[in-house]
Amino acid sequence: MPPSEHQERDLELRSILATDCGSTTTKAILIELVDREYRLRVRGEAPTTVEAPFEDVTVGVLNAVREVEELSGRTLIRDGAIIRPQSGDVGVDAYVSTSSAGGGLQVMVVGLVRSMTAESAERAALGAGAIVMDVLALDDGRRDYERIERMRELRPDMILISGGTDGGEVRRVVEMAELVAAANPQARLGASYELPVIFAGNSAARELVTGALERATQLTVVDNLRPSMEEENLGPARGEIQELFLQHVMAQAPGYSKLIDWTDADIMPTPAAVGTLIEAVAAREGINVVGVDIGGATTDVFSVFDGTFNRTVSANLGMSYSISNVLAESGIANILRWVAAHPNPNDLSNDIRNKMVRPTTIPQQMLGLMVEQAVAREALRLAFAQHKMLASELKGVQRQRDISDAFGAGGAETLVNMMRLDLIVGSGGVLSHAPRRSQAALMMIDAFEPRGVTRLAVDSIFMMPQLGVLSTISDTAATQVFYRDCLVPLGSCIAPVGSGRAGNRCMTITLRGPGERSEVAVAVGEMKLIELPADERVEVTIEPARGFDVGEGRGRPVEATIAGGTVGLILDGRGRPLRLPGDDAQRIHAIRSWERALGVYPDSVLTQRLDEEAAGL
Amino acid sequence: MSAPEPTTHGYTPGLRITDRALIRRLRRLPLPGTIHVKVGDELRAEDLVGSTQLPGNVVNVNVAHELSITPEDVGHFLLVKEGDRVELRQVIAESKTFWGLFHSIARAPIAGTVETISDVTGQILVRGEPIQVQIDAYVDGTVVEVFGNEAVMVESRGALAQGILGVGGEAHGALRVLCDRPEQSCSAELIPEDCAGCILVGGGRVTLDALHLAREMGAAAVVTGAIDGADLDTFIGRPLGVAITGQEDLGLSLVLTEGFGDTPMRRRTFELLAERAGRRASVNGATQIRAGVIRPEVVVPEPGATWQARDEAEVRGLAAGSPVRLTRHPLFGELARIVELPEELTEIETEAEVRVACVRLDSTGEVVTVPRANMEIIEE
Repeated sequence: MPPSEHQERDLELRSILATDCGSTTTKAILIELVDREYRLRVRGEAPTTVEAPFEDVTVGVLNAVREVEELSGRTLIRDGAIIRPQSGDVGVDAYVSTSSAGGGLQVMVVGLVRSMTAESAERAALGAGAIVMDVLALDDGRRDYERIERMRELRPDMILISGGTDGGEVRRVVEMAELVAAANPQARLGASYELPVIFAGNSAARELVTGALERATQLTVVDNLRPSMEEENLGPARGEIQELFLQHVMAQAPGYSKLIDWTDADIMPTPAAVGTLIEAVAAREGINVVGVDIGGATTDVFSVFDGTFNRTVSANLGMSYSISNVLAESGIANILRWVAAHPNPNDLSNDIRNKMVRPTTIPQQMLGLMVEQAVAREALRLAFAQHKMLASELKGVQRQRDISDAFGAGGAETLVNMMRLDLIVGSGGVLSHAPRRSQAALMMIDAFEPRGVTRLAVDSIFMMPQLGVLSTISDTAATQVFYRDCLVPLGSCIAPVGSGRAGNRCMTITLRGPGERSEVAVAVGEMKLIELPADERVEVTIEPARGFDVGEGRGRPVEATIAGGTVGLILDGRGRPLRLPGDDAQRIHAIRSWERALGVYPDSVLTQRLDEEAAGL
Repeated sequence: MSAPEPTTHGYTPGLRITDRALIRRLRRLPLPGTIHVKVGDELRAEDLVGSTQLPGNVVNVNVAHELSITPEDVGHFLLVKEGDRVELRQVIAESKTFWGLFHSIARAPIAGTVETISDVTGQILVRGEPIQVQIDAYVDGTVVEVFGNEAVMVESRGALAQGILGVGGEAHGALRVLCDRPEQSCSAELIPEDCAGCILVGGGRVTLDALHLAREMGAAAVVTGAIDGADLDTFIGRPLGVAITGQEDLGLSLVLTEGFGDTPMRRRTFELLAERAGRRASVNGATQIRAGVIRPEVVVPEPGATWQARDEAEVRGLAAGSPVRLTRHPLFGELARIVELPEELTEIETEAEVRVACVRLDSTGEVVTVPRANMEIIEE
């Protein structure tokens, strides 16, 4: 396909350097234009240097770039700065960066009703890439002095105040603003500057809120993020949060004023950059996407359904620093249910806690790997449950109730419709660096329980943040590198919704290729794998058994085009919702059969080693 | 089939365990206040170095609501103005209607100062009495620097042993060694009755009973190798989800030198502390295992020492001959020396391709291959 005029203009950049300054490491990637195609050349990494003794983020950036220099043989640094533009083989044409160093962007949210304006404000802050430290609302169960204490104790980077639809409640909005003023909260970074506060509430309350807050804070007023019960308008608040992040928070962080001078685009909060990329993918392909980034301390979940973007961050669900919190929240029994062995639960709990205190260690034995992957399933499951709650229809909207609402839980419906989900993209060490790609695929299937037909992919070396910020200056470069070097398609999963007796027919798949036709039957409780390379697609007819649904209703067939991947086409006959056998022996037998079918672990390990290791874990 | 590994690895720098450390601890007030010491002063850990007052808590009274009037009318009924001092339950607003037949009042919910009066919301904010904050020296040592009215630097020479995880805040007292060897469990039978104010040094796993008894006896802190995770949760009253600690009010600080399970204290730490039995020491259980890592510590000052401190361990690369300690099951706690550092990525049992080191185990002389991420460098 010939490049468009816009792409031609993009192709003017011959080389791009992009960094992501994370809380522990700074990752740099070098992208080069080769034969009119942008490709990832090399990647470098170095510890982040925001804290003592360096207290200058650019030291870590230059160290990471130096590694890129060594690996690529290309000179990129001169006189302690990145050389721009490219001259011959020296320097790059553009440099961009994201940042989550120093704990990322930490925002406190204030609203009136927790499930309405406060929740809309929380969505705006999360969408801007922030960590929401707390949400204060009139109905949060706290007394005013507790709210004030909380504001003083947390020291956020900024506060977002919402409240009242336009023309609605004024007095209570001003009351909350007065509480913020009384708390006189201090900014986390930079003792001498006033805390940025954004008011995005009832437009009729602007003047009074300004009167209450302008003396004590750096106040900005933007359009109401919830102008009416039926409408959410998060764009202005999101934009202002990012603007203030750059102008105030980043400017106070050690070394960032230099970094801001170096970059050719605004520095973005890391999660905002990932969100930008995922939104772009959903828009480009016209699909519904869920993205997840499971890190050491936190798990971010992004979703785009019918063009509506949502992001949540589960601040204490992660694979190293927060691994014990996964244990605390899910319980050891929920972790152990994914392990096809009988390790001692107490020893296993201690082992998980030891990973928390030595977060950089890696599993050395197969059982250790299985346990970490079991923890990952629980972390992903919990983070996704939180996401589904926040990514919902607006609460407070008057709706026509029917009989099903009357018997249901009530409240707003989640926007996350797993049957309509097209693609899951996984990122973070436990997924991206799983020794076998099938392990990543099964972790995501078990945790997210996709329904119907869903594509699966992982981010090869976690460069979505860099590509997200890159997309703001070159959509072509970001897109090309994303599809060619970043995204690793794992394949597709077909999973009918329903339940049945184990061993009975669950579905029959008819695959049609050029001159070929084959039929595969899948029993209830069974998983099967059909090899289908990444560059291949196949037409299929899925015929679910009576009682099972793959998107068109129970027992109704579905035609689909299936994309391949490094794992292939996974046929999941376990039913939805996914229930593991209650009997321990049956559970272990079932898990081993699924792992064997997908080639998740070596056969020898599955049959012999596990119990031996469990005895001495 | 295997996925690429990151191009570089962070190593866990070894915990600092040394007999000769130059220990400098910044003692900072949360807000500027009064510094009570000057450069050159010799201090004991418990000596006061600074004090300040934090602004009191703010409590609101909705006067409009209490008097059943509109917010705009509040001003007519107030008996106080912004900046006035008020006492607890003092009447701050009063309304009389129908020639005094109906009478409503609003009282101050706390003693303090009227901070703001709002004619928009009808609420009055009263700020309570200032909160006194005092900080002590934490370690026996000398004041080497004073930072205006905010902070001082206290310097001390002595032994330093960092732990892997702690709970509880700062404590000080005499070191009292309970175990004969680092493997010995620290059980309740070993807790002496006369341990009030002491820092108790155990060996291996400490039991929950032992911790409860130590607290009951008034011990200042317990330093030992490990604990069962469930016991720690019970001791602190909640599951420890993330290793950010130090604010717990437990009445007893705890420093674990190794972690969770049945792990003995490393011999070097045990001997360092055992040799200093009876000496005054300071302990801080505060831990933060995130970026900007903070580990708990035991400091045993050596008053009057003038020796040159050993250099602080640098985060240096591994080299053949480097002594290391292995930090992951199944070789957790084993001491070893690097034999070889293969350049290329090597597949380990999990099929992950990682950077490895070939190490000779001190215990058996056997050479084994271990991921570089699963070892920490030991200072010699």
